[in-house]
Amino acid sequence: MADDALFGIHGTALALRSQRMAMLASNIANAATPGFKARDIDFAKALDSASQTGSVDRAVDGHVQYRVPVQASADGNTVELATEQTQFAENAIAYKATLNFLQGRISTVMQALKGE
Amino acid sequence: MSAPLSVFQISGRAMSAQLVRLNTVASNLANAGTVATTKEGAYRALKPVFTQVSDTPGVSTVKVDQVVQSNTEPTKRYDPNNPLADKDGNVWDAGVDGAAELVDMIETQRQYQNNVQVMQTAKTLTLDTLRLGQ
Repeated sequence: MADDALFGIHGTALALRSQRMAMLASNIANAATPGFKARDIDFAKALDSASQTGSVDRAVDGHVQYRVPVQASADGNTVELATEQTQFAENAIAYKATLNFLQGRISTVMQALKGE
Repeated sequence: MSAPLSVFQISGRAMSAQLVRLNTVASNLANAGTVATTKEGAYRALKPVFTQVSDTPGVSTVKVDQVVQSNTEPTKRYDPNNPLADKDGNVWDAGVDGAAELVDMIETQRQYQNNVQVMQTAKTLTLDTLRLGQ
């Protein structure tokens, strides 16, 4: 998905936010799985590469990284619920912000079309 | 694998895994007071073993791989008046650590709740996306 004239970077950003949400949901889902390593993407870098190459999936694959735990647990699980929930909330708000940007652009175009 | 896991599937399957865990806790607490004549016959706590179910890189959910008996040993207690007592007057109490089970129950509850919240957020955002442009 390359940047388009109307929506700019926001279309790509929305797709990336949605994939990151699934990734953070995976971390929260595996909070009690022994040996599970929490993962996340470097959002800024992934967005950069997605808007250059035009592929969100490849950008996600290329920027998956393991989370470094503050305090490692005995069973090798690196999910820290406080961290994951904070990241999840932040990602949800950013998703909502992107939606608002998109909504703004759509409204602008609608107004122009209606000649109001 | 077919389509990648959606947030709803990820959280939904995690919730069912946590429910299995809650069931084992209930079973353990229900059997905590049982006694047996032999050590082998005594109840031992059941523990679910969680494993991740991977999909595309970075995305995975969880399932209960198996339910195993814990290594909490049944304890011998001298109680000659108990009809189940052996010839030396001993009975075996179930190998259940009540405090640990309660802690497990609260942890299960919190993790279930977290998954519900993830699902709730995902639902709101999906509906917002569908309303885009209206």
